[in-house]
Amino acid sequence: MGNNPYSPHTEADRAAMLDRVGVRDIDELLGAIPKDARHPKLGIGPGLSEMEVQAHLEALAKLNTTAGSGPFFIGGSIQRRYIPAAVPVLALRGEFLTAYTPYQPEVSQGTLQAVFEYQSLMAELLAMDVVNSSMYDGGSAVAEAAFMAVRVTGRKKVVVATEADFTYRRTLRTYARGPELEIVEVPTAKLAASADGAACLVVQHPDAFGSLVDVRQVADAAHAAGALCVQVTEPHANALLEPPGALGVDIAVGEGQPLGITMSYGGPHLGIFACRESLVRQMPGRIAGQTVDANGTRGFVNTLQTREQHIRREKATSNICTNEALAAITAAVYLALLGPEGLRAAARAGAARAHALAKRLAALPGCAIANDGPFFDRFTLRTEIGGWDLRNALIARGIQVEATASHYLAGRREGRDDVIVQCTELTTEADADALVDAVAQLARSGETVAAR
Amino acid sequence: MTVRTQVIPDVGAKTPVPALEPLLFELARPGRNGRHVVSDDASDIPTAFQRTAPLRLPELTEPQVVRHYTHLAQLNYSVDTGMYPLGSCTMKYNPKVNDRVASLFADLHPRQSYRTTQGVLAIAFELEQILAKITGMDFVSLQPQAGAQSEFTALLVFKAYHARRGDAATRRRIIVPDSAHGTNPASAAMCGYQVTTVKSDGRGNVDLDALKTALGPDVAGFMLTNPNTLGLFEERVREVCDAVHAAGALVYGDGANMNALLGVARPGDLGFDCVHINVHKTFSTPHGAGGPGAGPLCVKAHLRPFLPKPWIVREADGSYHYDTAREDREPAGLGDSIGTIKQRLGNFGVLVRAYTYMKTLGEEGMVETGRDAILAANYLLALLRPAYDLAYDRPPMHEFVLSATKQKKQGASALDVSKALLDEGFHSPTVYFPLIVAEAMMIEPTETEPKETLEAFAAAMLRIAERVKTDPAAVREAPTKTPLRRLDEVTAARKPVLRYREA
Repeated sequence: MGNNPYSPHTEADRAAMLDRVGVRDIDELLGAIPKDARHPKLGIGPGLSEMEVQAHLEALAKLNTTAGSGPFFIGGSIQRRYIPAAVPVLALRGEFLTAYTPYQPEVSQGTLQAVFEYQSLMAELLAMDVVNSSMYDGGSAVAEAAFMAVRVTGRKKVVVATEADFTYRRTLRTYARGPELEIVEVPTAKLAASADGAACLVVQHPDAFGSLVDVRQVADAAHAAGALCVQVTEPHANALLEPPGALGVDIAVGEGQPLGITMSYGGPHLGIFACRESLVRQMPGRIAGQTVDANGTRGFVNTLQTREQHIRREKATSNICTNEALAAITAAVYLALLGPEGLRAAARAGAARAHALAKRLAALPGCAIANDGPFFDRFTLRTEIGGWDLRNALIARGIQVEATASHYLAGRREGRDDVIVQCTELTTEADADALVDAVAQLARSGETVAAR
Repeated sequence: MTVRTQVIPDVGAKTPVPALEPLLFELARPGRNGRHVVSDDASDIPTAFQRTAPLRLPELTEPQVVRHYTHLAQLNYSVDTGMYPLGSCTMKYNPKVNDRVASLFADLHPRQSYRTTQGVLAIAFELEQILAKITGMDFVSLQPQAGAQSEFTALLVFKAYHARRGDAATRRRIIVPDSAHGTNPASAAMCGYQVTTVKSDGRGNVDLDALKTALGPDVAGFMLTNPNTLGLFEERVREVCDAVHAAGALVYGDGANMNALLGVARPGDLGFDCVHINVHKTFSTPHGAGGPGAGPLCVKAHLRPFLPKPWIVREADGSYHYDTAREDREPAGLGDSIGTIKQRLGNFGVLVRAYTYMKTLGEEGMVETGRDAILAANYLLALLRPAYDLAYDRPPMHEFVLSATKQKKQGASALDVSKALLDEGFHSPTVYFPLIVAEAMMIEPTETEPKETLEAFAAAMLRIAERVKTDPAAVREAPTKTPLRRLDEVTAARKPVLRYREA
């Protein structure tokens, strides 16, 4: 007792336990460990009290500038959105937070029903047949979708749009080194013409720059070539835009963080993974299903487990074990609280505010919107001073935006140096004013930049 | 657990069968609404892109949602409820201060500039150093989001390492012991490797002769959990690692059982080239009903060039940034790095909890944790030995594997015993794993269960063993006191119902 505040054993307890085990010291139980390797000095310093550790972390937190502390326009797959008070109160209850994978369904119905409801809500939102209980994040969901398409088609080429989020493309490229897949990146406009011999076409809609994409045409081209169509989606967009299931998409994936989950500098988040019913046995990850108990009462279990690593080992559809179930439950609580009207309102606010802001910025001298066509709730702003420099100048003024330079893989930059402006329901009129004023000051030049 | 099966009164005809709790969809009524997000903004989406598919999300009020999830929560067993001796999962207590400090870092976007996230980078940098010290490794990647993703990441690193040496094309096999977690062979297969399984010897170690036979110039690596899934420390671990290295292959340490080694021994001192950490096991972050976790990968210096990018750099003035060409843009070149597994620092919200736990424990607390975990397992084993068989008779580390073969002959299987434990108010152990023990029951008490709880658990196990002798049929009927009885998993898989659909 004393060194680990969470260890309950008194010295008397330890002595009694050792006595029962039949040894005098714990060291006698370590005989299998090479002597010279036992009890190394770690050099990590002494433990702190709870008060001290809280103060230490608070001091470190002060070194960050939180998103909410000024006008904030960074977004993409991870978005700053309003989280209703009841979301963390419910989702972070100890009974959800400190349970594990529901291996014993008789005492895990809370988890299983909540996950089943998440699957149902997400399936409705995406208009897809089946949703799994979660992947790690949007990036791993994209990579696993590509792997699944490879299993289904027996082909090893994956074609992905360059306008897909760069973090997804990076993760996909990294994953692809394992089974040595061929990853081909082409502009969205050329996806349909690149389907020959592909396992799948991966299209993002709305894309990383906010543009709306004709997914149906991509899906048709994929199917004509015997490939699958994978759509990368964002949850809120589906409240207003035609969802993947109505566009002929075979696998829909994306980042579920905007659904009531904190940004937390990148995780833990929620990998959304949905597919057609006919493909479900090739799906990765856990799936909750409905059944009855011995009394005929409705209940839920993890099902179709013969796809999974603990049963199938090297023949499993994926290696995933621990997933992001709590994030799935959080997303379900969020959707239940907002309902269809609340979700539409949040989505509408982001889109309308982005459209209004874009108009104001485009009217400034030397500024233009670089999206080719209609966009959803973010857009690309081109100015004479270049996106990277503009972004840094804005940060110095307390306004946070993202530069498109981040989006191009090394050696593949295509000369675009813009900023991306994301709006959500949390974007205020004052935020918009601050951005317009700052850009107006910075982009003093009177010349107009032609849209690409 | 005393929650009873019920038909909720206000459900009416919408819930078609008896249920513990209606579904959200069954509670909903058109026109109900919260007022969490409202917007006067007009929709200006071009018609061709507008949603025409119906959006049939349930309409509910906040009080309904709160009761619904509160009811559901009450149907769950959890660490906050009671002892959760799920072997290999390390269901230790999850300190609440960890959750609170995590909220200090909630409102940060991973694409913010390093200039605005110095606190995050300071924590991550120090966390990498602490993890390296605890594991005896040199460098750490925080990107992997779970153990299995860390396994996959490490195998990509192996592939890149062999590619750099020019023999990746011939090294196509990964060896795993027959006691390995299913994720090991699954990760190897996902990484494009063939999998060879080697057997265990009579003392529960890797069979060294079988391993040597399996090794050859076509082997890329060997994946070893130590202590292994029997809860036993590999008695010839250094010889095992030497044999693998002699064949030109690498040794992967599966850190699932790292809790036993906290402050007790370090994989880096035993011959491992790398090891992953399940912070949701060893470092007390909550398991979240199945996840999230985080799975940092710790490696020796010779594997560092292949680790995922970006890396954190600390300047002499104490400031931090990423090793990218220009601020936080893509690295000018990846060099030998495998690329990126997860943007920036992985599941930072989980990692900051682990960091808090490490700062709380400190050096002495770490040592005490490892030793108490070992003591608790040995004590519980001593209490249970009179009634249950032990497959490999030597002192376990932090967990042990019993066999219910005796009980099976008397008419109740390991599954039945595990269900009877639910009626006794305890969560079940891991059952039927590892695969090499018949009727396996894998029990991990962790260091945070008091002696009296261990004794109460043992008493329950002994009562069940007695009942198996006298009335095995009753044990086969268990559980009867849980919210639900045994569920029909066969029908669930044969006729899958994977979502709610309106009748």
